[in-house]
Amino acid sequence: MRARAFCVGFANVGAGSYHWLAMDRELLIVSTLFFCLAMVRTALAIRARNYRPAGFNFYSIALGFVFQSAFLTVRGHALHRCPLTNLFEVFIFLAWSVSLIYLMVGPAYRLSLMGAFTAPLVFALQTFALIAPIDRAQTLNLVPSPWLEVHASVSLIAYGAFALACVAGVMYLVQDHQLKRRQLNSMFFHFPPLTDLFAAITRLLWLGFALLTLGIAAGFLIGSPLPYVKIAWSIAVWILYAAILLARHLRRMAPRRIAALCVIAFSAALTLLWGITFISQSHTT
Amino acid sequence: MNLFCVGISHHTANVETRERFAGHAAVDSRLRDEVGCAEALLLTTCNRVEVYAASPQSVPTERIAHCLLASGMTPREDEFEVFYRHEALQCVQHLFRVTSGLDSMVIGETEILGQAKKAYAAAREIGAAGPFLHRLFQRAFRVAKQVRSRTEITRGAVSIGSVAVDLAQHIFGSFETRKVLLLGAGEASERTARALAKRGVRDIRVTNRSAERAANLAELVGGRAVPIEEWEGHCREVDILISSTAAPEPIVTRAKLAPLLHGRIDRPLFIIDIAVPRDVAPDVNEMEGVFLYDIDSLQSIAERSLAQRREQIIAGEEIIARHVDDFSGWFDAARERRLRGAGLNEPSLRPSES
Repeated sequence: MRARAFCVGFANVGAGSYHWLAMDRELLIVSTLFFCLAMVRTALAIRARNYRPAGFNFYSIALGFVFQSAFLTVRGHALHRCPLTNLFEVFIFLAWSVSLIYLMVGPAYRLSLMGAFTAPLVFALQTFALIAPIDRAQTLNLVPSPWLEVHASVSLIAYGAFALACVAGVMYLVQDHQLKRRQLNSMFFHFPPLTDLFAAITRLLWLGFALLTLGIAAGFLIGSPLPYVKIAWSIAVWILYAAILLARHLRRMAPRRIAALCVIAFSAALTLLWGITFISQSHTT
Repeated sequence: MNLFCVGISHHTANVETRERFAGHAAVDSRLRDEVGCAEALLLTTCNRVEVYAASPQSVPTERIAHCLLASGMTPREDEFEVFYRHEALQCVQHLFRVTSGLDSMVIGETEILGQAKKAYAAAREIGAAGPFLHRLFQRAFRVAKQVRSRTEITRGAVSIGSVAVDLAQHIFGSFETRKVLLLGAGEASERTARALAKRGVRDIRVTNRSAERAANLAELVGGRAVPIEEWEGHCREVDILISSTAAPEPIVTRAKLAPLLHGRIDRPLFIIDIAVPRDVAPDVNEMEGVFLYDIDSLQSIAERSLAQRREQIIAGEEIIARHVDDFSGWFDAARERRLRGAGLNEPSLRPSES
């Protein structure tokens, strides 16, 4: 039986089976270009003081999402499992989760402007993944289990929700800053109302928290002992978001601080994810 | 067929002159029956009185101006000089600019489009607007919509009251559950409160040194008067505070407000200080969740919006130019068809290229 490993991430594939890489990376490059297109168009519109949340952003992101999905499908078929076997795939899956949550949540909450902030985040994640030398085959030791894949994929979709909460947090902080400084640019008029934005942040935090709880619970059902550092990291992230939600519901913090915490928490979680996964890869290759 | 526009506006005539030529009944039919226009439409607003007409022969401006003059009035010396006249393509371009709000006193205002639609409907009803004006006005409405949606010409509020209401909307979204406290019963706060009530605010509380004045204003804006001694208690509950007292020194300070904001950390407070001298200490704006706007900051936003609208005029003109060109093609073809039927020949809307 071929051994597999997972906590927030990885399973092995046979070394040398990466001949299909060129094709799936092309799909990813096309996807990244769509996110780049949405980002550049927004930047130009803001510069020309003529920003309006047109369908262009939404459709660019939707097309980017289609190509992301195609990439994950191709790689999944090649690996015969959920493509979460190394840091590269983790980043792409995370970017895919961000787009997925945006496409689900953005229109529902009239957060069309969120696309203007989502596109740069996804673009940065994918560009980093494409440029950094992190797309390497892994050899880890865990007994195969469907819970492993549930754990990994649900946890990363939770990160997608946290990423969107971070994006909404940035929007909140920008709008709050503009209102406080009384300097309103053309983008200001397309922001959702401050109170609606805060409600969206709360919902996204709850969505992410529920998914993360589910992901961690699935991790305990895998049946193999998990690396200590990854368990500690998952629990730490869970506690961090639980504390933010508690502070929000006990009204211990102003919305601006909650928004700032969403940004800090996601940045910290992402950095830790990268750090821990990087260390794991270094130890196993 | 000549297509032309004759009129006066805030650009050329003062309000007294505009009044003398505005709002007279049956002008459209008089223009057809007495002056000889085949089609005629009167557009009257507080800033302009204009006649758009299509006529087989040339109609002098004075004859149209006479028609517009209220019955029983005699024209003053040189009074007709304030009238402008636009022919053919210029007329088309002028109407497109008018309906798009580019020719308005407040650039980008949208009320004019509704007024133009009403004028058109009235002319259609009495049969004064025929195929040429029908096509012209339908196109004008389309152009106005495009200019509004493809440029930022209507973006941002341009008066103090509307800036305040716009900002409130950006903070709170819907107003149905929001509470407003009017501290002082000044005229500016009344206007702002009325605008908020119009947008859906149902809970408006008014307080003033004079209880009678507070009661009167409360009635006007559909709110309720509360005793001046209780204003601090109401501050705990309200979302929007509009202050316009005649107090010589700030009455809302950080020290007073801090205890009132306990327990409402997740609810922003929007303070509109319209008083001069100011009622609210400037450092209140530094408090968490409080957004303070005084008369200067509101005025400055209004001016910036207006400047931004002016910057959008060029983009609007480009859209209009494309439509003028397109309309001119249709007009020439339609007229040629009509003339061919009558065995005549006439110059087109386009200027000669020779």
